[in-house]
Amino acid sequence: MNLQISHEETNKVHYLTLSGEVDAYTAPKLKEMLVPLTEEKNTQIVIDLSNIDYMDSTGLGIFVGALKSTKKNDGTLKLRGMTERVKRLFEITGLTEVMDIDNEVKGEAR
Amino acid sequence: MNDRDLIIDRYKDLLTTYLNGKNETALYKGQQFSRKLIEQQISPEDVVSHHINVLNEVFPEMTEEMKDAFDFLLEVMIGYGFAYREHQSLRTRQRQLESEIEVAASMQQTLLISDVPTVDSLDIGVKSVPAKKMNGDYFNFVKDDKSISVAVADIIGKGIPAALCMSMIKYAMDSLPEQRMQPNLLLENLNRVVEQNVHPNMFITMLYGLYDTDVHKFFYAGAGHEPGFFYKAETDEFEDMFAKGLVLGVSRTTKYKEYEKQLDQGDMIILLSDGVTECRTSKGFIERDEIVALIREHMHKPVQEIVDSVFTELERLQEFELRDDFTLIILKRMV
Repeated sequence: MNLQISHEETNKVHYLTLSGEVDAYTAPKLKEMLVPLTEEKNTQIVIDLSNIDYMDSTGLGIFVGALKSTKKNDGTLKLRGMTERVKRLFEITGLTEVMDIDNEVKGEAR
Repeated sequence: MNDRDLIIDRYKDLLTTYLNGKNETALYKGQQFSRKLIEQQISPEDVVSHHINVLNEVFPEMTEEMKDAFDFLLEVMIGYGFAYREHQSLRTRQRQLESEIEVAASMQQTLLISDVPTVDSLDIGVKSVPAKKMNGDYFNFVKDDKSISVAVADIIGKGIPAALCMSMIKYAMDSLPEQRMQPNLLLENLNRVVEQNVHPNMFITMLYGLYDTDVHKFFYAGAGHEPGFFYKAETDEFEDMFAKGLVLGVSRTTKYKEYEKQLDQGDMIILLSDGVTECRTSKGFIERDEIVALIREHMHKPVQEIVDSVFTELERLQEFELRDDFTLIILKRMV
């Protein structure tokens, strides 16, 4: 039960690639990494979730918080590459309607 | 001679006995003696200081270097003793906090407990069990002349913030009596309250429904809650209860849609929290169809026994270690 986060910045876009699990135990780690990025003005964040096989509602809460924070600071937050289980969580909670989610790019070049 | 002086004397005895004979018994006595030291609240640095005094008496010819080395040890032990006492006082504080949390938890349970109503036409069963001390799942029933309303909610985030948030939900719902009859409006109002008052990382999922006991219709609306099921007795089939809608607390202007379902005799409404479907076993996750299978297996029983049995089975599958709060509610039309 672990979470790896890699972070690169290209042309002022922050690319985060997560792998492992986002749950109550690992959520603080993600929050610590993500929150400062969302608080930058006009920030652009792209998070790749294709290697996340489990996410619980606490994990989901981090993305909700990040969404609110980027909006407040005129930034954007994009999620991509969700696995079926993660996608279901975003669908049930209705978050697919309010978040920028692109699941088509999985496995393709940026 | 007071107790402390006695102890110092005793230490001297023990040490010299050991130095003379180097036997196991003396060593063992020395270990036992540390209890006495704790009882008398003699700090580690005091012990070292006594040790130095005794050595000075026993070996008056000790070199200056040795003496310096012991002084150095004494300084180290003073710092150590300081940190240790701080640690002890933190532990005491922690114990106090734990007992306060326990009081808060039991207060919450009493405040939030909802009576399960009894009506002739419905058999209702409820099982709600917290994974930790405080339950992040919430359910509530309100009964009046011709209807029963039921809410099941999951507060995201755990522990105390979730518990406080739940109390807010309860009082917000109590203060919206006129919306009780319109599930979508109730959720819209509640959403505004939640959006204004919770931490950005927190949100709430809820399913709210109103069962009209005159016409046996269930009116409901959902805010991102784990879908429940309807059981149709005529066809002996379970179907998902779809009630799409955004979770409470994300966007102030969210609108919700109201759904309705006609129930016939023997039909069931099954409401749950994601602790039921997200429960992890050594073999993986429990899938929704496994929950259905469990309910089907116990379906012939009175409704309270069904929910109890499903819980017992799931608890067993998780090796009796609940990872998430569990709530399962079933309403069955009897006549």
